[in-house]
Amino acid sequence: MTTQPLRALLEGAFPDATELDVVDRTGGGDHFQVVVTAPSLVGLSLVEQHRRVYEALAAPLADGTIHELRIKTKGSV
Amino acid sequence: MTYSEKIKDVIGESEVALFMKGTPEFVMCGNSDRALRALRRAGAPVTAVDILPDPQIRQDLSAISGWPTIPQVFVKGELVGGADIVEELEASGELERTLRDRLGEEYAAARREQTISLT
Repeated sequence: MTTQPLRALLEGAFPDATELDVVDRTGGGDHFQVVVTAPSLVGLSLVEQHRRVYEALAAPLADGTIHELRIKTKGSV
Repeated sequence: MTYSEKIKDVIGESEVALFMKGTPEFVMCGNSDRALRALRRAGAPVTAVDILPDPQIRQDLSAISGWPTIPQVFVKGELVGGADIVEELEASGELERTLRDRLGEEYAAARREQTISLT
């Protein structure tokens, strides 16, 4: 999988994101690094922030498209 | 006992529970290794559980925690996060603060690490 479908899912879940990045860490299309900074994450614990990302990417996580996912989130404007 | 019951027991009764791929002696996944190393740096008294012996363990664990990936770290019964969060908290010093708050000032004194098998 390319990064574009993942980016689209994240943009749908975080329309307010001030920073949103998806990197294919190995070039193999299944190990991804995701960065999301958004005002809607302010006040949430890291566990809750990462849950939001997992929810946005639930389908590719469940069907095995994403083999490994690294997440970096921040709540800020 | 079912896996779910055993998992809930480990989560509830361990100071720090680490569900991982492999064991601390033979780690089978880079992310499990990252979490274990961060916990060790913080001096956490880790109870490790290998989820690999039966795929059902991972399924039941994720159903309980609502967390889709491995590793998973719990402190005093509460999900702290996976490898990224534990590394981030360790780097900022917040992991040690959390461990002190929930386990007491002397939490690192024993330096114990144990592995529990669910099978």
